[in-house]
Amino acid sequence: MADAQPLLSLLGVCKSFGGIQAVSSISFDVFSGECVGLVGPNGAGKTTLFNCVCGQLRPDIGDVRFDGTDLLDLPTFKRARLGIGRTYQKVEVFTDMSVRDHLLVAERARRGEGRLWRDLLNLSKPTTDEMNRVHATLELVGIARLADTSVNALGLGNCRLVELARALATEPKILLADEPSSGLDLHETAEVAAVLRTVQRERGTAILLVEHDLSMVAEVVDRAIVMDLGAMLAEGTFDEVMADQNVRDAYLGQMGAA
Amino acid sequence: MVQFLGFALPGVPYGCTYALVAVCLCLTYQATGVFNFAFGAQAFASAFVFTYLTQVHGWSGFPAFLVSVVVMGPVVGWAFDRFIFRHIPNSNSVAKMVCSLALLVGIPNLLPVFFGNQNLDATATIFPFFNPNTVYFTLWDTPINGIYLATISVTVVVLVLLTILLRYTSLGLQMRAAVESRRLVQLDGVNANRVVSLAWIVSSFMAALAGVLLASVYGAFTSNDYVILTVTAIAAAAWALLRSLPIAAGVAVLIGVTTTVLEGYISPNSIWNAAVVPSIPFVAIVVALLVLPGMRTLDSNRDPLATVDPPPPPIAAASRAPTMDRIIRPLWWVVFAGFCVSMLTWMQAPWTTVFNNGITISIVLLSITLITGMAGQLSLCQGTFAGIGAFTAAQVANHLGLNLFVGALVGAVLAAAVAIVFALLSLRLRGLGLALMTLAAALFFDATFFNETYLTGGQQGLPIQPKWLGTGVFFNSSGHAVFLVSLGTLIVAVIVVMMVRKGTVGRNLAAMRGSEIATAGLGVNPTWQRIVVFALSGAIAGIGGLLYSLQSQDVNAGNFNAQFSLVLVVLVVTTSVTTLEGAMQAGIGFFFLQQVLTEFLPKIGLGGVGASSLTVALFAFGALTYAAHPEGVLEFQKRRWNERFERLFFSGGSGELTGSTLSTRHANG
Repeated sequence: MADAQPLLSLLGVCKSFGGIQAVSSISFDVFSGECVGLVGPNGAGKTTLFNCVCGQLRPDIGDVRFDGTDLLDLPTFKRARLGIGRTYQKVEVFTDMSVRDHLLVAERARRGEGRLWRDLLNLSKPTTDEMNRVHATLELVGIARLADTSVNALGLGNCRLVELARALATEPKILLADEPSSGLDLHETAEVAAVLRTVQRERGTAILLVEHDLSMVAEVVDRAIVMDLGAMLAEGTFDEVMADQNVRDAYLGQMGAA
Repeated sequence: MVQFLGFALPGVPYGCTYALVAVCLCLTYQATGVFNFAFGAQAFASAFVFTYLTQVHGWSGFPAFLVSVVVMGPVVGWAFDRFIFRHIPNSNSVAKMVCSLALLVGIPNLLPVFFGNQNLDATATIFPFFNPNTVYFTLWDTPINGIYLATISVTVVVLVLLTILLRYTSLGLQMRAAVESRRLVQLDGVNANRVVSLAWIVSSFMAALAGVLLASVYGAFTSNDYVILTVTAIAAAAWALLRSLPIAAGVAVLIGVTTTVLEGYISPNSIWNAAVVPSIPFVAIVVALLVLPGMRTLDSNRDPLATVDPPPPPIAAASRAPTMDRIIRPLWWVVFAGFCVSMLTWMQAPWTTVFNNGITISIVLLSITLITGMAGQLSLCQGTFAGIGAFTAAQVANHLGLNLFVGALVGAVLAAAVAIVFALLSLRLRGLGLALMTLAAALFFDATFFNETYLTGGQQGLPIQPKWLGTGVFFNSSGHAVFLVSLGTLIVAVIVVMMVRKGTVGRNLAAMRGSEIATAGLGVNPTWQRIVVFALSGAIAGIGGLLYSLQSQDVNAGNFNAQFSLVLVVLVVTTSVTTLEGAMQAGIGFFFLQQVLTEFLPKIGLGGVGASSLTVALFAFGALTYAAHPEGVLEFQKRRWNERFERLFFSGGSGELTGSTLSTRHANG
C-alpha cells in the first residue's frame, strides 16, 4: 500500500476561525479501496477537515490533492465530479423531493447532463438505464421500498440512508461519510455498516469515515486516525490507536485512565 | 469649508429620518427575524393621517401627532404582530419577506380606499414640537429652524433610549434571544410573544415618527419620498448587518449628507445630478451586499426546533383523486375553448381588454414562477426585465425599422443579458440578500435608464405605431389580433416553463432549494443553474412586457417601475407561485376583479374608491396568507374544494383511497 499512489492526500492542512485553531497541520493519505476511520471527540476538527476536502472551506495553509489533482482552487461541484462523494453530519436532503428524484439528480450529475435545450425539447425524461441504476443503488442501501416517498415523510434514519444512496449514485472514488450512524438505532447502524463494507468490497470505493460509534468503526475500517483539538494524535489500525496512551487520555478521558 | 458645511447641514435632518427607519429595520429583525419592507409604508400612512387631520379636519398639530404617531404607530405594529407575523415565526425567510412586501404594497393602496384621493400639501403641516418657520440660530451660514432641531433632537433621544433598552435591560436580552428561536425562549419561561409584540410596537412608533418628521422636512407629500426613505433605510441597515443601531443610524445620516452635498456641488442641469444623486442609496445597498460577507448568511434558518414543523402540503392537482382528475381536466379544456370562442366572437371591450391584459401579465408572472416557484428565490425586479424588453423592442422598431415582434426577440435577449448581470452580481446572495439586490436594481433602473427621455420617452412614453408592426390589425378595437398573439405566446411560455420544471434543470433547482451545499456536492454547478434560470425568466418577462405594452398601445416607464415589480410578486404569490396555472389565475384574476370593482363600486355609492387601488390592496392582503399557505391561498382553497367534492361524490363508493385523503393523513402525521 505504501508504494501505491494515494487517492486522497492532505498535506499540512490548517484551518482557523478567528482565534480558534480548528485544524492544525493535518497530513495523511487515503488509498483506493481503503476504509479509514477519522475519530475524535466533538470539536476535534473532523467535519472542518471534510469541508476543506470538499471545498466548502479553504485551508489557511496546506494542500489537498485527489487522484493527482490539486483541489485547492476547485469549487465544490468540480471536486465532486472528480469522484468525491459525501454525506453530512447535519442531514442535507432536498425537501419536497422523492427519494428516487434525489438519486436522479445525482445520476444526472454523474453523467454531466443538464443542458437547457434538452429540457426544452423534452429530451430529459429519465431513461431506462438511469432508472435501473437508481433502483440498484436503492436496493444496495435497502430503501427501494421508499423510492416514491417524499423525504418530508421520512424519519432521520431513513434520511441518512437517502443521503448515503444519493452519494453512492454518483459512483464516487472516495466517500466521505460524516457520522452516518448519528441518530440511528442499533439495527439501522448495522445496516449502514454493512452497506459501507459492500461498497468498499464490491465497488472498490475508498471510504473516509467520521464516526462516534467506535464499535461500528472497529467493524468497518482498515485503519484509523484520531484527532483532538484540531491535531492528529495517532494513526494505525483500530486496535493500535485505541491502545495508544495519548488517545486513551485525550479521547477516552476518564474511561481510558481507568 | 463653510460652503461644504452649508451643503452638508441640510442633509442631517433627512439623514435623521432615514436613521429612524433604519433602526426600526434592525430592531424588528433582531427581535423577530422579519425584515419589514413595510416600514416606509407605515411612515407614509402616519404622515398621511397626520396631514389629513390637520388640513382636512382642521386639527391642531399636537392632537394630530398623538393620533397619527403615538396611537396609530404602536397599534399598527401590534396588529401586524398579533394578526400576521406572530403566526409565522418559523416560516422561511421568503415567506416573511412576502408578507412584509404585501404590506408595503397594500398599505399605500388602502389609504385612498379609506380616505379617498386627497391632494394634501405637507407644507401646511403643523409641527408638533417646534415651529418649522422659526430660525432659532445660524450655523456656518445655515439657518437652523424648528424642523432641524426637532428632527435631530428626536432622533438622538430615540436612539439613546433604544440602545439602552437593547443592551442594558433584560427585555433587550429577551428580544435578542427571541430571534434565534421563539419556541426555545418560551421553554425558558419567557413570554416571547409579549417580547416580540413590544419590539413591533416600539419600531412601528418610530416609523410613524419618521413619517411625520419627513413630511415636514420635505415640505411636500408624495409616495416617492417614502420609497426613497425605505431604500435609504434599507441601505443603512444593510451596512449595519441589521445588528448595530449606531452604525445603521450613522450610515443613514451619511447618505443624507452625501446626497445634499452632491446636489450642492453638481449643477442642477447636469446629467450627473439626474443620474448619480438618486442612485446613492441603491449603490450603497449593492456595495453592502457585495462586500459584507455577513449579508450572505442573514436569513439562514437557525431555529433548533424547526424540525418539529410539519411538511408543506402537496398541491391540489397532485393530491386529487384520479376520478376527480378525469372529470376536472376535460372540464378545463371545455372552459378554455369556450373562452377562446367568446373572445373571438361576442365579447366586447372592456372585457376583451381585461382578458388581453390578464394574458400578457400572466406571461410576466410566469417568469416569477421560474425564479420563486422553482428556484425558491425572491426576485423583485421582474417588472424591470419586462420594461427592458418592451423599450428595447420599441427602440429597435423606431430607429432600425425592424418589425416590433423581431424587436421583441432582441428585447428578450437584452433582458436576459441584464438578468445574467444581476445573477452574476448576486451569485453569493440568497433569500433576503437577493431580494434586496434585485429591489435595488429595479429602483436603480427607475432612477436612471427608465428616467431618460431619449430612452423611454419620459412621462409620455413611446406610443406604439402601426408602421412598427407593418399592419393596423393590432389597433382594431376588437382586440382579436392582440388576443391571438398573446395567447400563442402564453402557451409557448407555459410549455417552456413546464419543460424546464420537468427536466434536469428543474430537478436541479428543486434540489438547490432543499440544499445548495448538497447539490454542489453531487457535481451540479449551482452558479450555472442560477444564471440559466435568471436569463430565462428575464427573457420571458421581456416578451411579456412588450405584449402588455402592445395592449395599451404605448410603452411607458410608469408601467414598469419597482412598484410594478412588487405588485407582480404579490399577485402571483396570492394565487400560487409554485404552479403554472397560478400565474395565469393571478394575471387574469387581477384585471377581472379590477373591472368588476370598477363597475360595481359606483352602484353601491363607492365611486370615489379607486378600483385599481382596492384590487391591489385585496391581492396584497391575500398575499399575507402566504406564510400559512405557501402553496397560495387559491391553491389552498382548491385543495379544500377537492376534498369536499370527493366526500360528496365518492365517499362510500368504490372504496377508492383518494389523493386528498392521503394528503390529509400525511399532514396529520
